[in-house]
Order: sequence, then C-alpha cells, then structure tokens
Amino acid sequence: MKGRRNPSPITHHPSRIPYFPGCALKDQARGFERAAQAAMERLGYELAELPRWNCCGTVYSLSSDDLMRHVAPVRNFIRVQEMGERKLVTLCAMCYNTLRRSADFVSADPERLRRINAFMDEEDDYAGGVEVLHLLQILRDAITFEEIEAKVERPLYGLKVAPYYGCMLLRPREVGIDDPDAPEVMELLVEYLGAEAVDSPHKVECCGAYQTVANPGIARERVQEIVWAAARRGADVIITSCPLCTYNLEHHQLSVTGDKSSTRHASRVTRHPIPVLYFTQLLAYALGVPEGELGFEDAAIDPRPALSQRVGG
Amino acid sequence: MGQEIMERIREANEAVITGIDDADIKHWVTIYIMGKAYRVPADITLMQAIEYAGYRFVRGAGCRAGFCGACATVYRTAGDWRLKTALACQTRVEDGMYLVQIPFAPAEKPTYKLEEEEPSGTTLLKYFPEIARCVACNTCTKACPQDLEVMDAIQAALRGDLKAVTELSFDCIQCGLCSIRCPAEIVHYHVAQLARRLYGRSLPVPGHVEERVREIEEGKYEEEFERIMSLGREEIEELYKKEQREKGGLKSRDASRVTRNGQGEG
Repeated sequence: MKGRRNPSPITHHPSRIPYFPGCALKDQARGFERAAQAAMERLGYELAELPRWNCCGTVYSLSSDDLMRHVAPVRNFIRVQEMGERKLVTLCAMCYNTLRRSADFVSADPERLRRINAFMDEEDDYAGGVEVLHLLQILRDAITFEEIEAKVERPLYGLKVAPYYGCMLLRPREVGIDDPDAPEVMELLVEYLGAEAVDSPHKVECCGAYQTVANPGIARERVQEIVWAAARRGADVIITSCPLCTYNLEHHQLSVTGDKSSTRHASRVTRHPIPVLYFTQLLAYALGVPEGELGFEDAAIDPRPALSQRVGG
Repeated sequence: MGQEIMERIREANEAVITGIDDADIKHWVTIYIMGKAYRVPADITLMQAIEYAGYRFVRGAGCRAGFCGACATVYRTAGDWRLKTALACQTRVEDGMYLVQIPFAPAEKPTYKLEEEEPSGTTLLKYFPEIARCVACNTCTKACPQDLEVMDAIQAALRGDLKAVTELSFDCIQCGLCSIRCPAEIVHYHVAQLARRLYGRSLPVPGHVEERVREIEEGKYEEEFERIMSLGREEIEELYKKEQREKGGLKSRDASRVTRNGQGEG
C-alpha cells in the first residue's frame, strides 16, 4: 500500500535511542543536534534518527475534538513502532511538549486513537505505548550526571551559566520533566560539567514565543527581563533547549530600538549581549568535542569569546 | 510552416476511439460523466470513454501517455465513499464510476528571481508560508497519480532539505491533484518546483554541461539543426525510427506506433 515501507530491522541495544529531531534542528538550529550527537557518542550512546519522521505539529492543540491535529504526532509514533522500539527522545522542548501531550491524549481515550488510526488507513495502526522523553531526562535518569562528570575532558571551571527553561519543558505539570516552579535539572547538569549555575527568577517564564511574529514588542519585553535577570547575576552564557526561545533571546537582545516596549533594562542588556547556547553545545564542549563541530558559528551572539575567556579553549 | 505544425499537433490529438464498431464490443459498463450516465466499452481508459461519450477535449488532454499531467480526474466508484484521483489517460473505466475532469488546478504562483534567493528552507517558507500548516494527513500522497510521497516532500521542505524535496518530487507532472485535496491549501507542486530550482542552482555546474553550452554557442550544431528542419514528415519519421533502432530503445513492433494511435504500418 502507498506510504508503507518495510521498516529496516534495528538491533535492540540499550545504548541506541530512537530520536526525533524536529524541523528547526535540521535548519536554523543545526548546532543543537550536531552537539547532541557528538556528546551522546562520547557517552557511549547513539541517537538513531526516526526514519520518515514528520513535523511534530509544532503547537499542541488545546481543542479536545480536533483529532486532525494529532495525526502528525501519532504518525511519528507509528515510525517508532516500525523500528520495534517503545521510547522516543527529543531535543527540542517544543517537539517534546507536543509529542508527549499527544501521546497522553490518545492513550487517555481509545476512541480517539481508533478514529485517528481509521483515518490513517495507509499505515499500520498505532497500538499506543510510545514513551516520549526529553534528552535531559536521559542524561539525568538513564546515564546519570555522575557518569557524565566522569567523562568531562574540558571542565567548565569559572564559567557562569544561567539555565533558561521557558515553558515547554515544565508545563503543564503532568508532562514537565522537572518541578515547574523550581526546576534544577539543567543547574545540576552544568554543575557536574564544572560550571557555576546562575539561578534566575525568570528562568521558567515565557520568552514571548510566537508573539515575536505579530507582536514583537511583547517578546522583546519578556526577553529583556529574562536576560537582565541573568546578566545582573553575572551569567556568562544562557542555555536553552528550544530553538524558538533561543531565537527570541538572541534576536531581542540585538534588536532593541527606541521602541516604547523596551524596558529600562534595554540599554544595559544590549551593551553586553549574553550568548545563548543549547545545553547540548555546552555538554559536548565540556566532553571535549572540538569547538568546530558544535555550530557556534551559527549563533547570533558568538559564545566563543566568553567560553575561551573563562574555560580557556 | 507554423500552420503545418499546428495541423500535425491537431491530428496527433484526435480521439483514438473513432472508428470502433459497437457490434465488436462484447463488454459494456455504465459510467457517469458529470452526473450523466453513459454506456461505454469496458476496456478503455477514462479519456477514451469521455470521448466515446461524445465530448471533445479542448483542455485536460495532452500527451495521452501519462507524462504531462493535463488529464487529472476526480472520481468515485460504486460502493466506496472515498474520493479518488487519477490521470484519465492511464485509468480504465469501472462500472458505476462517477467522474469529472479537473483540467486546471487554480493556484497562486509567486514570481521570484532565482539568482537573488538563498537555496534554503527559509526561501520556501517566504514564498509558501502555508507549508507550515501541514498536519501530516498524507491526503496529498494518496491523491498523487504518480505514486509520489508528496507529504514527505513537503515535510522535507519544512526542514529545508532541498535535496530530499528534489528527489521526492522529481517525477511530479504538476497535475495539481495534491493541492486540490490539501486541507492546509498547500500548492505542493509549486513548492517542489521552487525547491528543485534552488537545489539545482546550488549545485556546481558539471564540466560536460559547460562544454556543451560552449559548443552550442560556437554554432557546432547549427548545420545539423537546419538539415533536420528542412526534412519532410516521412523523412523525419524514418530518421526517428532509425535512431531508436540504433539505440535499441524501440522494438520494431513499437516503432510502428510512431505513426500514431497504434494504427501504424506494422
């Protein structure tokens, strides 16, 4: 039947994890993926890219009867099933949130899944049961930070890192990978890499998300609050797990104009823009992956001066 | 000269069904063309059946060989709730079939200067932002008479993989059936065409192409072109058959079809 292919047989190996990249990681956020692959290789794991994956759906649909919005996530779960696997790991917080919530949505009601399966008559039925995970969960729970610490080749002593979680890793609580109000998974990670975690009250607040398109002023205001809170606590770099957060955090640090929406912090923020890294870039850097393989050159604010100044290349 | 060519094209496009004696037809089916019932021979294509019923194509027919994409058809079959799609010249009639021709798929076609555009996914999104509305329903793939993985091509476009879009869409004949069916109103064939153009332009020009362009510019082939243009119809047909035989691409039985409509001298 059209659209169906024989899945390639995959040898089950605990260190081989089915991986959903998402569109942005193949285009605007290549460094996020490249660094993750290099880091996981050093940790003895392989991110096995899902064959024929499609866009996660980008934003989880809050309409409870709009089953069409769940076709995209479920089609990806069918690909996991075809691999003979049960787990699916993502790097992008947005993809994680959409896929995870959709997995819960269809498993909560067999009738929903039956109707989605009936619509996708060109595919094998999705039987349910795929577990969607974020890479931070794999690092924390499966690999453990102690194990990672033992493989650090370039300890980040002296580097002050402000983790920024945004929304999608933490909310709603049912899918959050950590405490939605006081998460610590990224703080722990950077501490085990040798860096100093900089706590910031705005680390779990929204970056402005897609308001950046139609109402850029909202995103700009959000970003200035978030960045200034990190800056005044001495952060050298900010880390994220979301290409959209990264875009906003970079772009609205650099795009401050005389706009009324600019907050009182605007000038201070833009005089010393803080580089924004994906957590995988910092991880791979600490594990000794050569700098040239980390996609630093794609960053709007070059992180290399801050890194070499603190860590010393 | 121009008129003579037009005459030849007109002849080549004449209905192939003319001259059949109803007494020779053993099996008949009933099909509904735009809602009206017609009794037609059972072993002919949709295109032949439409002509048999007395319609004459002024649009919606081209190569009659499944290559040009002009004869898109939308149909339903008895007892099946699904809306189906096909090329009329490549699909056999079925009893109880309801059908209509879609000779043209309306779509906004943006204009762009290829040399000013970045070969990237961002360019595709700039001209076709609706690709971000894809819900992965796969309806486009199901509609494609070329059996292309159309949704995969749009998904590749979303992630800026121009090479994958190019390869997945290479056999697209731009019939537009995918776009007629898409709930996100994506114009897949225009998206894929832009992707192929961007990808093609991003590749280095191969040495043999540069060499051939130089030869053409130096007039190496002018004389041969003039000679062929001066030949009559019979001479051109003979030359074509000879070339095909030399290439081994056309068996003698096939060669006879070169005249037209399978009524050749063979």
